[in-house]
Amino acid sequence: MGKRVGIIGVGQTHHAAKRLDASGVELIAEAVTRALDDAQLTMADIDAIVVGNMDHFENINYVDGWAVDGLGACMKPVFKVTTGGTTGTTVGACGYYHAASGLFDVVLAVGWEKNSESDTQAAIATCANPTLERDPFAGAIGPLATEYSMYMKAFGATEEDSARVAARDRNNALNNPYAHSRQAVTVEDVLNSPMLSYPVKFLDMCPRSDGACAVIFANEEKAKKLCPKPAWVHCSVVRHDYTHFGDLEWKFMPTLERASAEAYRLAGITNPLKEFDVAELYLPCSTCGVKWMDSLWFCEHGGAPKLIRKGTFDMDGQLPINPSGGVISCNPIGATALIRVGEAAWQIMGKAGDRQVPNVKKALCTGFGGCSWTGLMILGADLP
Amino acid sequence: MPSWKDDVEVLVDEGKISVPYSWTVGSTLSRFYCELRDNGKIWGNRCPSCGKVFVPPKIKCIDCYEDLRDWVMLPGTGTVETYTVVRYQEPVLHPRKAPFVYGVIKLDGADTGMVHFIGGVDPEEVKVGMRVEAVIEGEREGNILDIKHFRPIK
Amino acid sequence: MRYMEKVAIIGVGMTKYDRNSPLTFAEMVFEATSKAIEDAGISKDDVDNVVTVSSDFWDGRTISTMAVTDASNAYGRDITCVEGDGTFGALYGMMRILSGTFGITIVCAHHKGTESSMNGITNCAFDPLVERKLGLDAVSSAALQARRYMEKHGLLEEQFALVSVKNHGNAMRNPRSLLPMEITVDDVMNSRKIADPLKLLDCSPVTDGACTLVLAPERQAKKLTTTKKRVWMKGVGHCTDAFRLGDRDLADTRALKKAAKRAYDMAGIVDPREEIDFAEVYDAFSYMEPLWLEGLGICDDGKGCEYLERGWFDYGGKLPVNPSGGRLSANPVQAAGLYAMAEATLQLRGKAGKHQVRGAGTALVHGINGMCGQSHCVWILGR
Repeated sequence: MGKRVGIIGVGQTHHAAKRLDASGVELIAEAVTRALDDAQLTMADIDAIVVGNMDHFENINYVDGWAVDGLGACMKPVFKVTTGGTTGTTVGACGYYHAASGLFDVVLAVGWEKNSESDTQAAIATCANPTLERDPFAGAIGPLATEYSMYMKAFGATEEDSARVAARDRNNALNNPYAHSRQAVTVEDVLNSPMLSYPVKFLDMCPRSDGACAVIFANEEKAKKLCPKPAWVHCSVVRHDYTHFGDLEWKFMPTLERASAEAYRLAGITNPLKEFDVAELYLPCSTCGVKWMDSLWFCEHGGAPKLIRKGTFDMDGQLPINPSGGVISCNPIGATALIRVGEAAWQIMGKAGDRQVPNVKKALCTGFGGCSWTGLMILGADLP
Repeated sequence: MPSWKDDVEVLVDEGKISVPYSWTVGSTLSRFYCELRDNGKIWGNRCPSCGKVFVPPKIKCIDCYEDLRDWVMLPGTGTVETYTVVRYQEPVLHPRKAPFVYGVIKLDGADTGMVHFIGGVDPEEVKVGMRVEAVIEGEREGNILDIKHFRPIK
Repeated sequence: MRYMEKVAIIGVGMTKYDRNSPLTFAEMVFEATSKAIEDAGISKDDVDNVVTVSSDFWDGRTISTMAVTDASNAYGRDITCVEGDGTFGALYGMMRILSGTFGITIVCAHHKGTESSMNGITNCAFDPLVERKLGLDAVSSAALQARRYMEKHGLLEEQFALVSVKNHGNAMRNPRSLLPMEITVDDVMNSRKIADPLKLLDCSPVTDGACTLVLAPERQAKKLTTTKKRVWMKGVGHCTDAFRLGDRDLADTRALKKAAKRAYDMAGIVDPREEIDFAEVYDAFSYMEPLWLEGLGICDDGKGCEYLERGWFDYGGKLPVNPSGGRLSANPVQAAGLYAMAEATLQLRGKAGKHQVRGAGTALVHGINGMCGQSHCVWILGR
């Protein structure tokens, strides 16, 4: 059996549309320094490092080598993992497995992206098969719009439901000093914002950001010694589902259903809506904040709009989602899903500042990426 | 057993990923390149903990992970640690016509080497241990090519 | 440091090395993975997770692992992707098993060098803000390292040429190889100059290939395979040196030394020279083999070429190095290290055919990431 693992420190940059003051390496150093400070450690305490991002956003090959100065990785074990939008969860999972394997005690996991350096949609488009789909159907907005229009037709969800999610997340971001986009918006503002691809409008969609996030994992023995209140990792699960876009199931979100079902089984969760105290979800678009609630087993298929309209996922609701403001407020892609892990850990550690949900015992965090890929972690205040 | 694959005309789809990039130089290297562009000078920075001087400058010491805040101006002279005469041509990558010489030059006053061109000399004459000096371009843009090359000190 | 459970390699699958393979890289992965599953004697349903070794650069695709999901048997399973050499992918596969989360694990790597531009892609490994503008790539930077190594220890190009002669000769016995050649030191010395001191025959060829390993935790490995078939992952270590070429002494192998020490300690190896029966060492360029053998503690610093000349590393020598023909005879970059592990597995099973090393009980496999061996991964595999 492997070792139990806790998160003992988290650091983030102040994310922005464009961080002109900092190169990629400098952003990484900023997040790493803050994570070390958060955990009250020095680089000498770190046994191994994992780093991840998406290559074509900055055009750096062998990022694990290039980032050494910022990572503090010189003469340390380091390697790179990358899985597109889920890279952050992949990096987090890799940090977790490093420590759980018993091979390393204290592990630094870093996700970063400098999306201001390139054309995000053009880079994403290259994920599609070059001889089949790259030209006609690629990028992030089209597929997300397509799945929600189908969901609307199937279950009577509305553009207002997703606008409500957008307003919720965007207003939550006002409490998060690290978020890139912090603006008070109303449901009407969202509905009146420019249409990008029906039914997705400008304020429904995530931005692209510059930023980095660092999370420090430690095995049980070290975590107990180094941290008064670690956020324990209860499980980490990934499911993936791509052949061609045309093969995907659009009405549901199969990878999220499969990943969460497996994670709940591993963590012994039977009623997720009741048992989680907070969730930090990778919702790249507010429409996902409607449709995907079904797939997380919070309700039956088609039940999400009702929960949204009831305010179930608001800050004062039954299960607050995205107190940080979520992905539509901040999206340095390779860091985005790791920020979910870091924010969820802070909620458990009681370090979430103005966005703190009281008395968090169990937290859910997810990552989403192309195409139809889910990474998921459950964290808890108690040992698993 | 014959297969339908034997008769297929196999196609190749030629492609190129062309995404434009605008890399943020960041505070540390911006200062280095501004000094180079505006004053024609090469600066490094020093680790407050171990004293090592890095050129090009860094944000953190690779050994101590300390912020490097002390800046030092270097004379622009140094010694060739290693070199290669490049005989092949990559038209898109190479800003020089082959044959040309790359070298790692340990600048006087620095603890690290700098990779650059060695020029102003017959490629066959370059030697390890050769003393060289930086030749600064007349018109400068604020990047590494503001140093034209390193040439032997006569 | 001892780890809690043992992990075994129970299946290997390789495509034949190729140039301009008519298969897509996903089809190559499918072939290698199907062979590995068959070799392990399991069903594809026994696999519960997959580590792909993919690179967005070499594949020309963002989220490159997407393109091999189906081919690698990852549909509906936990999948992840390591970008780097295959040896690092195998390390992650082992970690995932040791964490207690996973059972039978597939690690696959592929490389279709003939679809991309090696110099352009390795140029992108250099900092766009500094060295990239100078046009450096894997070949020209390796040349800087080769020269530094020569100068530091007074070595000659002819000595490096011997590595090429040996490894291309070894490839004559390996039916999968791309460049089996009987050549002489003069042939290497007279081959086209690329970047001094490197000549064409000092450099590895652009290659297509895919390789898959099936890993299993001890309990399952013992249930599913015979003693002869399974090979244990006894020790592993990895370590990274500084990024900029000028930050390092290019002839110093301190990161490799640290990685090797970790691997040896884990495997309980005290004297690698005596305890290792053969090694697959990263030799994308001829000079690298003796340099890394020094870092691995097989010989003292500066003595690699001397041992080479004495025939130590020959196929029939005291410690055969790269009996498969090495990367000089076929170098599917991302997959190179995984191929080396697969080759070592066949050797340890005694099933390597014509290039079988006699009495092979303990193997060393070495892979690198980055330019001039910035990052190393060292494996000890054993029966």
